[in-house]
Amino acid sequence: MKIHEYQAKQILSRFGVAVPKGEVAYTPEEAREIATRLGGIVVVKAQIHAGGRGKAGGVKLARSAAEAETIAGEILGKKLVTVQTGPEGRIVRRLLIEEGLDIARELYLGLVIDRMSASPVFMASSEGGVEIEVVAAEHPEKILKEAVNPALGLQPFQARKMAFGLGIDPLLVNEAAKFFGSLYRAFQASDASLAEINPFVLTRDGRLLALDAKMNFDDNALFRHKDIRELRDLDEEDPLEVKASNYNLNYIRLDGNVGCMVNGAGLAMATMDIIQYAGGQPANFLDVGGGANEEQVRRGFEIILGDPNVRAVLINIFGGIMRCDIVASGVVAAAKSLGIKVPVVVRLEGTNVELGQKILRESGLRFTVANGMKDAAEKVVAQAKG
Amino acid sequence: MAILVDGNTRLLVQGITGREGTFHTQQAVAYGTKVVAGMTPGKGGSSVDGIPVFNTVREAKEATGANASVIFVPPPFAADAIMEAADAGMPLVVAITEGIPTLDMVNVTRFLAGTGTRLIGPNCPGIISPGKCKIGIMPASIHRQGNVGVISRSGTLTYEAVGQLTALGIGQSTCIGIGGDPIIGTSFVDALRLMNDDTETHGIVIIGEIGGTGEELAAEFIKANVRKPVVGFIAGRTAPPGRRMGHAGAIISGGKGTAADKIAAFKAAGIHVAESPALIGETMARALKG
Repeated sequence: MKIHEYQAKQILSRFGVAVPKGEVAYTPEEAREIATRLGGIVVVKAQIHAGGRGKAGGVKLARSAAEAETIAGEILGKKLVTVQTGPEGRIVRRLLIEEGLDIARELYLGLVIDRMSASPVFMASSEGGVEIEVVAAEHPEKILKEAVNPALGLQPFQARKMAFGLGIDPLLVNEAAKFFGSLYRAFQASDASLAEINPFVLTRDGRLLALDAKMNFDDNALFRHKDIRELRDLDEEDPLEVKASNYNLNYIRLDGNVGCMVNGAGLAMATMDIIQYAGGQPANFLDVGGGANEEQVRRGFEIILGDPNVRAVLINIFGGIMRCDIVASGVVAAAKSLGIKVPVVVRLEGTNVELGQKILRESGLRFTVANGMKDAAEKVVAQAKG
Repeated sequence: MAILVDGNTRLLVQGITGREGTFHTQQAVAYGTKVVAGMTPGKGGSSVDGIPVFNTVREAKEATGANASVIFVPPPFAADAIMEAADAGMPLVVAITEGIPTLDMVNVTRFLAGTGTRLIGPNCPGIISPGKCKIGIMPASIHRQGNVGVISRSGTLTYEAVGQLTALGIGQSTCIGIGGDPIIGTSFVDALRLMNDDTETHGIVIIGEIGGTGEELAAEFIKANVRKPVVGFIAGRTAPPGRRMGHAGAIISGGKGTAADKIAAFKAAGIHVAESPALIGETMARALKG
């Protein structure tokens, strides 16, 4: 799960991570009030779940409260297109109004879980304000890494090692180490999958702060973080994906026109791939889960057909323990109740497959029954084109 | 011979009294797996289909000689269940549960280090040595005893591959689902090492997907060590970057973990890559003929 920058900063500051003074604004008037409270130069920052906001005009300096109000009026409600949003962009609905800082240096800090060592890994780089992937590709030697023993947490010597490695003034190294320790505790305590401070800044008056902050969370751990679950912003998600998540369906919308419904994530990805291999483009990823029932099949259909680009649908179910006749009955009932107009190709495999295919053929609906994945993909792509 | 599980496996089911636990226990018994005990805290002394239920793994192991355990415990309690099994000295633990928090698995990994316990999964279909022993949720009927090993991060995609092999008359020595989570107990390389040493396994199918570097490491291992024919498939060529494709571990992040990189690594290691998921069986049939 993703959250906004201002939310990440609120979480981080609870753990003692220093962040600039600031507040969230939903209207230009609120922006002016906050800017007045902060005094002096402020920064108006668009809050969307995507990076690259600065270059896209979503981060602006205001020299007065009145200017903050004007800028807020220009940004709020507008579509912001950044390198990470794709061409469709995102509507800005919230702004973070923050004190302006006199910055001396911009650095990078990040925390992720490394899969192979099964450890949290702290990364730091002197190249702040640049995407870490770019640094990793061009100057891998400029990324310092410290694996953290999860039972012990980040040790002070590890934090100092990074601080000295970043070339931080020896007089400030202990403060930097404290900052790193707080960041690690916030990451660990909130079951984050990513915590990124880019840039981590040193101001001319010798303060260390998180100028930007990004936190992603492990969806599997949200059951134990009610406070974080409440930060979810549905405006930042595709409406069809939100609807799918309400039914516990795993749906991701894509650009093609061949809808697909599959049981199991790996088979669902492979189905998308084989649609492309057959010359088509998948419209979505949809995993209805291992034990899909009639209700889930119906909801899955609804969601796939909610995408107006879909010209044909492929249902690929490897029944396994689930009986194919039950799946077939569910598909027929769902198709009847929804009055489906687009062609539907069904591939069933597993227990009672013959019975399932018979139910589809005798349903009176225009299902195309396929034998195997290849046949299914070729048939559905042909129908999407025809 | 097969690997890890065979006719001598004596299985304990952790979470046997839950719906999934009970159902898959019945399926395993029907297949011929020796299910000797169940375990659910607080339900010790009862039984499920004549299988005795214990309060702790240690009691179950001591009373029945169980030497493998399967975990059907809900995600919030699954890491604890794995550690209890390891603490009781269980040599093999197969965790089916999907949805365990990543940081729980970070801790489990530390806990297991230095114990003699091998963990398979979590978030996996389990392991089957056809004709001998089935631990997990895979459909028994699609398997056939034989000489090809299958290693995969996925569930139903593994069934797809196994179904193709069986339809072509190619049986399997052992099929192992290593799991779709970012942190798993048995890696591709671990499973490959066992299959490479198994005299009954003559060829290996390896099914990967986007995310992580397990496939790249597998490719290096195969290039250096494996002389048996290996067929590979990677799911997720069409997956968009930055999106989690169902499995917690299936995500391209920072441009790393793409299908293209993994396929290139497979090809460089001499693995026979199936370009389409419908061609996994045929590719193995050709590879076995040499």
